[in-house]
Amino acid sequence: MSIASMEITGHTEAVALLPRAGGDLLPHPVFSAYVSDIGDAELVQMYTDLVVVRRIDAEATALQRQGELGLWAPMLGQEAAQVGSALALRKEDFVFASYREHAVAYLRGVDPTMILRFWRGSTHSGWNPYEVNMTTPAIVVGSQMLQAVGYGMGIRRDRSDDIAITYFGDGATSQGDFSEALGFAASFNAPVVFFCQNNQFAISAPVGVQATVPIVQRAAGFGIEGVQVDGNDVLAVLAVTRYAAERARNGDGPTFIEAVTYRMGPHTTSDDPTRYRDADELARWKERDPIDRLLRTLEHRGLATAEMLATAEAKASEFAASVRIGCLGTVEPAPESIFENVYAEPHSLLEEERVEFLAYHGIPDTKAAGQ
Amino acid sequence: MATDFLLPDLGEGLTDAEIVRWLVKAGDEVVLNQVICEVETAKALVELPSPIIGIVSALHAAEGETVLVGAPIISFGGAEVTVQDLSATEPDAEEDGRSNMLVGYGPGASDHRSGHRRQRASAAELTPEPPLSPSLSSSLSPSRVLAKPPVRDLARRLGLDLATVTGTGSNGAVIRSDVEAASGSPAAPSVVSDRTASADETRVPISGVRKRTAAAMVSSAFTAPHVTEFVTVDVTATVELVDRLRAHPAFEGARVTPLLLIAKALAIATVRYPALNSRWDEAAQEIVTYRAINLGIAVATPRGLMVPNIRDVNSLTLRELADALSGLATRARDGKTAVAELSGGTISITNIGSFGIDSGTPIINPGEAAILCSGAIRRQPWEFRGEIALRSVMTLSVSFDHRLVDGAEGSAFLAEIGRILADPLELIALG
Repeated sequence: MSIASMEITGHTEAVALLPRAGGDLLPHPVFSAYVSDIGDAELVQMYTDLVVVRRIDAEATALQRQGELGLWAPMLGQEAAQVGSALALRKEDFVFASYREHAVAYLRGVDPTMILRFWRGSTHSGWNPYEVNMTTPAIVVGSQMLQAVGYGMGIRRDRSDDIAITYFGDGATSQGDFSEALGFAASFNAPVVFFCQNNQFAISAPVGVQATVPIVQRAAGFGIEGVQVDGNDVLAVLAVTRYAAERARNGDGPTFIEAVTYRMGPHTTSDDPTRYRDADELARWKERDPIDRLLRTLEHRGLATAEMLATAEAKASEFAASVRIGCLGTVEPAPESIFENVYAEPHSLLEEERVEFLAYHGIPDTKAAGQ
Repeated sequence: MATDFLLPDLGEGLTDAEIVRWLVKAGDEVVLNQVICEVETAKALVELPSPIIGIVSALHAAEGETVLVGAPIISFGGAEVTVQDLSATEPDAEEDGRSNMLVGYGPGASDHRSGHRRQRASAAELTPEPPLSPSLSSSLSPSRVLAKPPVRDLARRLGLDLATVTGTGSNGAVIRSDVEAASGSPAAPSVVSDRTASADETRVPISGVRKRTAAAMVSSAFTAPHVTEFVTVDVTATVELVDRLRAHPAFEGARVTPLLLIAKALAIATVRYPALNSRWDEAAQEIVTYRAINLGIAVATPRGLMVPNIRDVNSLTLRELADALSGLATRARDGKTAVAELSGGTISITNIGSFGIDSGTPIINPGEAAILCSGAIRRQPWEFRGEIALRSVMTLSVSFDHRLVDGAEGSAFLAEIGRILADPLELIALG
């Protein structure tokens, strides 16, 4: 156990660096050092990232309401947890995400339009995982944690200092895969960061019905160091994730991070959160909004100029317009294209099913005609 | 050019939604993503953002109306500008093969690319226009009639050709009742009402809270055999106690009314007569008796009758109960009753005295065994210590489910509430 864990594993208070009420950074005996390079320009850049990803998310929600997406899983409220952690990574590190990590994908360099096309049902996955070193959305809850551990074990065999990071929610910690992943990661000392966004709800089930202790305490049973961080504090999340990434790179093995945040929106656009939580709770968390949190510190430093805010806003609008145009401009793949991208090589059963499918739908078989 | 906005499938497989409220009207200018209306689906109340910048030319559905997915709900006309127009690089949608919006992306949608439209016979007259051309939906071969396997099986057994049957299901699918109608009576009744309102009547679609209230009342009234009993009580002492509580420092700022003590009396009596706090579980063939008393209060809200409840009333102090009652009333009046407050009630009170009414025979809230009805408190001549005096008198009635509660128990329950209100010392003695 390192110094940090000695200090933190009591977890009476999640790590925070940005004061809630505004003002300059809070000192922390361990984690302040991990963000000593973050100056005014970097804080402004983080603010811009937060504003842009929130706008992309809002635009996607609107597009679903307008019938352009089949579904969307809004990340409203979780921007800081995602942006802070994604900024701690190197390009070579590999991200194993769930289905809500839109901000992480954006910062990995995924074209946001392709994120939307996935939710439109117009593409199998949306991007090539190896171009950005990030998996496409895992809908099966928690499966990605095991994959991250396997990848991490591979990194060790390659003797590389890359790391794997896996994102999941509080609900996923109730899955068997979670226990298997943490058990293997600890046994094999895999360079993996387990990044839990505790957004307080597994769809409609509050975290309190899934865990009787803070989620972060679960790590200790596996012999994994756990750190709880204020997930609405983008700077603290960056610091803690850098710390965990450094441990992994140095061969110190896995770290479990619980970022305490709040899903301000519905689980997905099909969900109505007013049926299971009251307005007061939402209002309390709105006061802790991650973007406002950073803005208060920027204001304290005199960085929140009208020009800076307008620049961030303009960039957000530009992205919003571009994802809308990209989504509306989708050229839908032909139904039969499903047969082209599942298997690397054709085989007889697949061919049989393809022919049957075309006949059923009355689609001319161009492949057969060419043969 | 005019653009119709078709109601999308807002929640993975929904077939319709109710227009709750329009936030725009014909002639209004709207900007992109401006909220134009609120709709309620089977899953959620959601706001619909405008898909374009433009001018509203027409609304196609009234508030309260249920609209099928894929039907137009609003048209934009005039000098609208879509976002695509903002980008000079955007290729022409039609020529580029871009599909229309997904709307209903289920198997019912037709497909332009195949050049066919499914035959849906006269179903087209009964169902709204199908959503336009999502190319990722299946392109069924033209002669195939939509029907689920059990319905196909039924048609086969009846020797009926499905192609001759008019489908009234979603997207023109043939459903069981269509097959039955086609095989039995040749003239199936039209599902569309051709009645129109004449000058001396108004017609309002049955929807929303009214629809749910009706369903709940019908289900309760015609499954639970109701018995209603009455008792008239001198509640002068309770009225005096209410006045004293109002002046008491512990109740500063609280809203103290006779209803508070009636609720408390009910809570005390219910503990002693638990059958009144139970439910008939027909499916399980069991009587479910609740441990806690979640007290429902029938309230008139802007959206209609609702019965929000207060959890575990016996865990509350009198002051807490007073605050819970006034909070519930305020939220109901402001239309802010939380959905969670509307489920899980175990017994209810309806306070028709607030309308100046003496008594009634209320219908039990479904899933409960009893409802107490409190009438108006009136000053009237009453026997008091061998003389006639002006006293505060009220009539209480209780309707109970005779499957769960026998006459003796129901009578004792009502008598006890009456006794407590006649002499609120019983609140302490029994509580």
